[in-house]
Amino acid sequence: MRQDSLLTIKNLRTCFHTYEGVLTAVDGIGLEIYRGETLGVVGESGCGKSVTALSILRLLASPPAEIQGEILFDGKNLLNMSLDEIRKIRGNSISMIFQEPMTSLNPVLTIGEQISEAIKLHQGVTHQEAWAEAVEMLQMVQIPSPEIRAKEYPHKLSGGMRQRAMIAMALSCHPRLLLADEPTTALDVTIQAQIVDLMERLKEEIKTSVLLITHNLGLIAEMAKRVVVMYTGKVVEEALVEDLFAEPLHPYTQGLLGSIPWMGRKMKAGRKQLQEIPGMVPSLLEMPEGCRFHPRCPRMMDICRKEEPPLVQKDGRRVLCWLWK
Amino acid sequence: MLQYVIKRLLSTIPVLLGISLLLFFMLRMLPGDPAQVLAGQMASQEDIKNIRQQLGLDKPIFVQYGIFLSRLAKLDLGRSARTQSPVIKEIWARLPNTVLLAVTAITLACLFGIPAGIISAVRPYTWIDYLFTSMALFGISMPVFWLGLMLIVVFSLVLHWLPAGGIGSWKHVILPSFTLAAFVVAFITRITRASMIETLSQDYTTTARSKGLKEQVVIVKHALKNALIPIVTVVGLQFGLLLGGAVLTETVFAWPGLGRLIVDSILARDYPVIQGTILIFGLLYILVNLVVDLLYAYIDPRIRYA
Repeated sequence: MRQDSLLTIKNLRTCFHTYEGVLTAVDGIGLEIYRGETLGVVGESGCGKSVTALSILRLLASPPAEIQGEILFDGKNLLNMSLDEIRKIRGNSISMIFQEPMTSLNPVLTIGEQISEAIKLHQGVTHQEAWAEAVEMLQMVQIPSPEIRAKEYPHKLSGGMRQRAMIAMALSCHPRLLLADEPTTALDVTIQAQIVDLMERLKEEIKTSVLLITHNLGLIAEMAKRVVVMYTGKVVEEALVEDLFAEPLHPYTQGLLGSIPWMGRKMKAGRKQLQEIPGMVPSLLEMPEGCRFHPRCPRMMDICRKEEPPLVQKDGRRVLCWLWK
Repeated sequence: MLQYVIKRLLSTIPVLLGISLLLFFMLRMLPGDPAQVLAGQMASQEDIKNIRQQLGLDKPIFVQYGIFLSRLAKLDLGRSARTQSPVIKEIWARLPNTVLLAVTAITLACLFGIPAGIISAVRPYTWIDYLFTSMALFGISMPVFWLGLMLIVVFSLVLHWLPAGGIGSWKHVILPSFTLAAFVVAFITRITRASMIETLSQDYTTTARSKGLKEQVVIVKHALKNALIPIVTVVGLQFGLLLGGAVLTETVFAWPGLGRLIVDSILARDYPVIQGTILIFGLLYILVNLVVDLLYAYIDPRIRYA
């Protein structure tokens, strides 16, 4: 089954030139997002998830950042576009939601102003029309009395409200791809659930594809169809969500899933200690040779220490590990 | 808001009273006798006594202060010991000159300092950043009187473009205000750069860019507006200082402002003028600070006064 691809990332390498040396945050990853689907990207802090999203829209300051590779959106390479061309895509065809609703809205501009400025810019409508559209978007994300809220400043809104406003802003131009970078991480659990429901519903209404970045496997299970697992700037595994949860192939993914407390598991397997992945994520400046996960891997072999593992295709899945060669 | 302004204006009264108290007694601790200065070296004891009586200096110091306060309540600052004209009139004659100089200087400083700070922040550690930063350093480390003299040499004596001093046309304002601005601009450039570097790295700036806004819009609408609070603070403080008389600049350019008035009055031990001028300085400084505080609320909606 070959689906229609919306965004294709080929061999993306994003590095930062710093005084301590070159930090390669994303190291030659490849992934594909199909039209209408939600692709989950999961991994620990510092694995390059957010940098991948920021690289897509070229939102990293350059220098120090340097982005190489290919990011094809509708067949056009975003990395070769002029700044003017990429600006026409930002907020319009591809938009982004950030992790911190408290800091990602501008404190000195009203909510309505912040939403309507993108509408005005991309749809060439008047200020009044853009404002009316902004109020409508606030209504769509279920903010009560949207006309009044639109005139308010972010500090008057709670965290959940602000994230709704952020979603309204991101979806205001009906983007074809939404990059959601930890959209629920900063919110408490009940609000998280509301935001997830809201995103699910709007995704259907607006028919947008979503790149969902998170370290929360529960969120992935709920929202995504396919999932990509990242570790130290590399994709280590890619699979359909149900396959990944049923049978994780990479030892890192196995570790991640093993470290989730499951309700009821104790009943089946008796009293069982929660698993952990030993060791620490290595520094980007001191990457281990061979497989980057080998110092922490419970199934490490000799070859893992010496040679980088190949990306193995297996039953429509991809895994970066010697075990499956 | 109005309530807040009224409250703040009323609170200037105790501050001014405090200033007047300190000023009154400290002035009288200065060595030198005003009556002697006024009468001259050759005056007889009798003359000096008469003058002292005229000025009310023969009364006990607390009584003198009481008289000063009761006059002040009627907005009467007394008469100058030197010229016999009302102090208010003396100040009034020079205040516009000082305000003109201060406003021109601060405007020039903002016109150069804020854009320079923004450019430095947008392109940090590039040649243009180093250029502006070193210009700022140059401005701040150059003594005002030396810069003033050099400007006179170049633009008046050599090029004959501008008058060397005095007051009259707009041409007279250029050199003194430029001299003052050179000093102030350094503060403004530095604070703008620091403040902008911070706001440009905030999440909301990335959000603004992710919407597809032009870089100019991101910088001015999203980053600069957030960076304004420290900038306005520094501009306000510097403006207050400029209003407090740019003594050196006014002296170099023979500019008839409050700075020179107060220096001349101190040399002549002209107590009423010194007191009056310093009270006016205090009042202006308080008012500038009030305006700055009100601007905060205008810039940042999170700041509200009740």
